[in-house]
Amino acid sequence: MRRGTDAGTDTGTGTDASAHAYTDPRTHAPAPVTAGTDARTDTAGRTRTGADANAGTRPLHPARTAATAARVLRQLGHDPRTIALLLLVPCVMLLLLRYVFDGSPRAFDSIGASLLGVFPLITMFLVTSIATLRERTSGTLERLLAMPLGKADLIAGYALAFGALALLQSALATGLAVWALGLDVTGSAWLLLLVAMLDAVLGTALGLFVSAFAASEFQAVQFMPAVIFPQLLLCGLFAPRPAMHPVLEAVSDVLPMSYAVDGMNEVLRHGDVTAAFVRDVLVVAACALLVLVLGAATLRRRTA
Amino acid sequence: MVNFSPDRSDRLPDPPDPPGPPSPPGRSDPPGPPAVRARDLTVVRGTRTVLRDLRFTVPRGRVTGLLGPSGCGKTTLMRAIAGTQAKVTGTLEVLGRPAGDASLRPRIGYVTQAPSVYGDLTVRQNLEYFAAVLDPGPPRARLRSRGRAPGAAERRRENVARALADVGLASHADALAHTLSGGQRSRVSLAVALLGTPELLVLDEPTVGLDPVLRRDLWRLFHSLAADRGATLLVSSHVMDEAERCDRLLLMREGRVLADGTPDALRARTDSGTVEAAFLRLVDEAGEEDEAREKETAR
Repeated sequence: MRRGTDAGTDTGTGTDASAHAYTDPRTHAPAPVTAGTDARTDTAGRTRTGADANAGTRPLHPARTAATAARVLRQLGHDPRTIALLLLVPCVMLLLLRYVFDGSPRAFDSIGASLLGVFPLITMFLVTSIATLRERTSGTLERLLAMPLGKADLIAGYALAFGALALLQSALATGLAVWALGLDVTGSAWLLLLVAMLDAVLGTALGLFVSAFAASEFQAVQFMPAVIFPQLLLCGLFAPRPAMHPVLEAVSDVLPMSYAVDGMNEVLRHGDVTAAFVRDVLVVAACALLVLVLGAATLRRRTA
Repeated sequence: MVNFSPDRSDRLPDPPDPPGPPSPPGRSDPPGPPAVRARDLTVVRGTRTVLRDLRFTVPRGRVTGLLGPSGCGKTTLMRAIAGTQAKVTGTLEVLGRPAGDASLRPRIGYVTQAPSVYGDLTVRQNLEYFAAVLDPGPPRARLRSRGRAPGAAERRRENVARALADVGLASHADALAHTLSGGQRSRVSLAVALLGTPELLVLDEPTVGLDPVLRRDLWRLFHSLAADRGATLLVSSHVMDEAERCDRLLLMREGRVLADGTPDALRARTDSGTVEAAFLRLVDEAGEEDEAREKETAR
């Protein structure tokens, strides 16, 4: 009965089928094995690439995506300490920052707003890269990919679950900053929340992507300084980007966190939605989407 | 219950089948095409050829044991059949489709040697998630299925309950998987594979580290899956005494299939009392043949 359902829903990856085209047994001799293997590997490689490219564009199965998101949240639900840390640490940092800049509230406004965009990116990056690495090392990823689950379902499921968590985190941090700590924003706090959400999805996407290159938790954690710190230095938090060395300024122009921080500052300074803000939001969203697709490409149904 | 036979015969292309190894006498194989058919199957991992020119079939509706010492390529072969192994060449047909075909994913249950479940979920939550992946139902099933035949959610609940009962873990359903013992965790992993009533179950050393009572129970379960649900099982083990429990055997050594047949036929052919003795006899024979061939090529 179930098979009927699945036959109807799991389409679009049929390209895998050609990986094992019939070969004529009669032409097979021991000597040309190596040559034959190479040729076939090539075919298989191309087939996989095709399937991966498919995964990015192929329609999601909403029920499987939702089930995956629910599962990720259930896992977190069994780990209340992680949830508490995720929600409280940004608040404590903001509180700390407020009194570090006790004498210069203007500086707190600017840095505080930027950090509201940076926190969700960093925390979601860490959580996702470890969670995905665990999924790879525990064998559950292989199991899922041997099942009728689309790669897009898995990735979107993760993005949804951590996006929801980020919403909670950003709401708490933004609320605390704006109402309790006197962060002075000219624009709407909702726009701050929007940018924070997109940052969280970007962090999830980056974490998913780099976890493919980490063989252990140690390596995954080291990707944080490698991927996040350069962006943090160049995003305009420490020095305005136009004041940097021209080369660095050019580099910062292509790093997504620069746009996240720019967006936050637009909301800080302008009462209405500016063109620059729209551009910033679109850039961050597009980057998140691009990295999610790249992340999907790192998921292999067949591995050595 | 799903009827397994009718919709299969029409799917199969009928390639000219080169004569395989002669069928040994014994329990006759069920009619119809085999569940797995390999011809010149070769798998390369890195620079090593792990499987070389394998040629065998796995009959449907039977429990076939895949036996051989550790490192002989059992897991690689099972991964190739499950469609998760890269660099597979030659012909490998599973349930009438090329191995790894997307349409096979819901029809095969594959259990890896290391239990692959989420340690930070309860047993039931693990099963519920995998059940939802297998049988998500139409996106808005809950709204539409009111007062109608069982919806996807209902089916999933039944499947989860049945899988829990199958592996005898109903009493541990609400325990976190990482708090279970190794044997219990591997049974959770097995339960996941049983969820979707798969036609082919590929089980990598499912009884390792289990006590004798559990092992006996699992083998009973395997045979009942084959007899009552019409499933085909491919079960690997490096313990030769498990061989006696299989309908058919594939004996492997160093990436090759040494023998393919019923336990009785293997014992009779090698004039041995046990499958273990038969295996050792076959290893010796293969060694002698190899030596003879090397001398031949040296000349």
